[in-house]
Amino acid sequence: MTRFLSLILPLAVLFAAPARAGDVTDYVLDNGMQVVVIEDHRAPVVVHMVWYRVGAADEPAGKSGIAHFFEHLMFKATDDLESGELSRVVEANGGSDNAFTSWDYTAYFQRVAADRLGLMMRMEADRMRDLVLSEDEIVTERNVILEERATRTDSDPGALFREQLYAAAHLNHPYGIPVIGWRHEMEALNRVDAQAFYQTYYAPNNAVLIVAGDVQPEDVLALAQQHYGPVAPTENLPVRARPSEPPQLAERRLVFEDARVGQPYVMRRYQAPERDTGDQAEAAALVYLAELLGGSGATSVLGNALQFDDPIAVYTGASYSATSLDDTGFTLVVVPAQGVTLGNAETAMDAVLASFMADGVDLEQFERLKMQVRAGEIYELDDVQSRADRYGRALTTGLTIADVQAWPEVLQAVTPEDVMAAAKRLFDRKRAVTGWLQPEPQPTVTEVSQ
Amino acid sequence: MKHILLFVLLVWSLPARAEIAIQEVTSPGGISAWLVEEHALPFTALEIRFRGGASLDAPGKRGATNLMTGLIEEGAGDMDARAFAQARESLAASFGFDVRDDALSVSTQFLSENRAEAVALLRSALIQPRFDDVAIERVRGQVLSHLVSRKTDPQDIVGTQFDALAFGDHPYGSYYGGTEDSVAALNRDDIVAAYHGAVARDRIFVSAVGDISAQDLGALLDELFGDLPETGAPIPARVDFGLGSGVTVVPFDTPQSVARFGHAGITRDDPDFFAAYIVNEILGGGGFNSRLMDEVREKRGLTYGIGSYLIPMDLSEMVMGAVSSQNESMAEVIEVVSTEWARMAHDGVTAEELASAQTYLTGAYPLRFDGNGPIAKIMVGMQMTGLPVDYIATRNDQIMAVTLDEANRVAARIYQPEALHFVIVGQPAGVESSN
Repeated sequence: MTRFLSLILPLAVLFAAPARAGDVTDYVLDNGMQVVVIEDHRAPVVVHMVWYRVGAADEPAGKSGIAHFFEHLMFKATDDLESGELSRVVEANGGSDNAFTSWDYTAYFQRVAADRLGLMMRMEADRMRDLVLSEDEIVTERNVILEERATRTDSDPGALFREQLYAAAHLNHPYGIPVIGWRHEMEALNRVDAQAFYQTYYAPNNAVLIVAGDVQPEDVLALAQQHYGPVAPTENLPVRARPSEPPQLAERRLVFEDARVGQPYVMRRYQAPERDTGDQAEAAALVYLAELLGGSGATSVLGNALQFDDPIAVYTGASYSATSLDDTGFTLVVVPAQGVTLGNAETAMDAVLASFMADGVDLEQFERLKMQVRAGEIYELDDVQSRADRYGRALTTGLTIADVQAWPEVLQAVTPEDVMAAAKRLFDRKRAVTGWLQPEPQPTVTEVSQ
Repeated sequence: MKHILLFVLLVWSLPARAEIAIQEVTSPGGISAWLVEEHALPFTALEIRFRGGASLDAPGKRGATNLMTGLIEEGAGDMDARAFAQARESLAASFGFDVRDDALSVSTQFLSENRAEAVALLRSALIQPRFDDVAIERVRGQVLSHLVSRKTDPQDIVGTQFDALAFGDHPYGSYYGGTEDSVAALNRDDIVAAYHGAVARDRIFVSAVGDISAQDLGALLDELFGDLPETGAPIPARVDFGLGSGVTVVPFDTPQSVARFGHAGITRDDPDFFAAYIVNEILGGGGFNSRLMDEVREKRGLTYGIGSYLIPMDLSEMVMGAVSSQNESMAEVIEVVSTEWARMAHDGVTAEELASAQTYLTGAYPLRFDGNGPIAKIMVGMQMTGLPVDYIATRNDQIMAVTLDEANRVAARIYQPEALHFVIVGQPAGVESSN
């Protein structure tokens, strides 16, 4: 909170006490909508985003895909706008727009000249509550999402494999259900489902507005008050409590075969903690662990061992998604060289993990990573959309602005001992799924179509 | 510094104004580059292009330039691959080497605090790549794995088939990464030859944006490129789009068919290019509002996405579209696309469509210039295309100058429904190859 700003801008004080840190300012509107402004005056551009704290993991049972389906329907008619008009207006103003859905959030954005911000807000606020769903458009758009599933998932054996692996990784939590939805449930989504979902979750007290670019925070606040301020909140918004994981007591393994697999690989996903508000140290340690084990082929532990010292792999990697509302995953992958079996690849991977646990962190590699993390903060300032994303993801997954701003320091504070302690807690095969993706010896059996 | 030309470019058209001050820098050694000084952030984005790229592959050596490009960072000077990677990571610099049909590209970012070390390291990769045998085998394995995966990916199959049918034996007619056989047969001599063919001073284009002065950039240019050989391999001859009308079905067991369609196109320096660009935007450009998106996705729900593209390459040009649809509905998609292609050729666009596309294209243009990395990429692309340094200031005027008569004359010229060829991978119901 900077007194300077509220002194010279008494208007802002009327609405809310703005908090400001560096070039980031935030407010909360009276109806509960959170507002974050990120200033970057290098180009006359603004990114306008509304993030809803609802995603695929918040869907009612049996309605998988409704969050993403609804994302599509948000481009249809409202009481003021024709179907598709919002995108047409954005384009007519030289902008671009789109939306995306994850397990934890659904977000809508436009990228446009900074002086068009008010128009964007007017349209975005309109569709927050006033969408008018027609039966015809529901049917047509449902075909589009089925085509999308066919393109993204059904045509890609790797995507089908990961879908199966995620399902096996979750005994109870809805992260095991694909964001796009299971096809049989997608086919049955209807207008009643969509309407109920919309009325509950699309509300200012379930939304975060992020405006990033060539704007002044006080101007953004005034526009937000004008356009979003009058939108009614949802009373008794449901608490975001998803079914949670019981203790995972048994290692899971799966083999996915598909005639279209050209290059087999082995993937293992461990259940892992995510960033929690005020408590990000464990997640920060896991960020380093992923980089140490599989960040770069020529310098990581897996790469060095399996691509250089004893080259049995063409690719190795480790990844960890730190930002998530509930427990997340830490994933290892080994793509074997020609003539190396998946069994041998997995055995080699486990041998590398075992020696890493015995030998500990290479301190020179650790210092290089710290340098890259620090530099990454500088490079990221070049991309205002990526900064907006960082806040949007965090604020829809249980984190606060303070958490976002503390994150670089939390990362810099990690020690090699922290990394090894986190690794010890992480690597428990009972809390892991190991999957093999491999070609099918026989031609695929064509499914009976309905 | 021989001389610095300063151009300040203002784009005033609605709605945004981009203010890009491009300096044309020529180094003491005679290497030129475009620079935008931007000292707000302590790093520089440097973009380098070598014209020619994978099309320089010698006969029978398909994939040599691609494999060579993958090896440039795998050991240089007195460093092997691992030592090089450690050095680069300790500087937190990024060097992205990539190759396509027309160019080998190097996209780099480095911090101001260790710029000298980063540039010295990049220089060693460009001037003294080692091409160690062990590195060749490692990267060859990665390339072969990628080539194997492509054989069962419907998008890759359709692209390969379309290019082969359109361009035959010309390098454009085959995948730049080569085939399993051609890559397996490459030896170290082939890779060294590909390096000498592709990386030379007579084909270099450079842009820089960020925390660097013209003086420092001049010195950097000479350090990076001064010791490169003057000439590389000759650029291959032009090739005409060689595919006539028809349908080619490549049977593949998958629930969704993927299609490419197209015919001959228009060169980038053609006086009709701007009109063609606008007309294509209306037919199948980006965003949700093109005719093809409206007819195939919004009205009928037959696809997740469809687009058409003008593709002017260095040695040929085409108009091409891409779409995916379930096997049962691909026949209908082909029908709709053919109808729209013919409607565009015969009836052209309306005044409203033209105005709307012009507003969009002129409004969107300044929004591209929103960061060191993006501006550097735009500037090196302009140089490759042969555009003048003041193009940014005149481009929107050229878009706005296109009249309805001109747009419709060019629509009739560009879109040739009688020449349109569809290549489809999948099991499209009711669709068969023509002869």
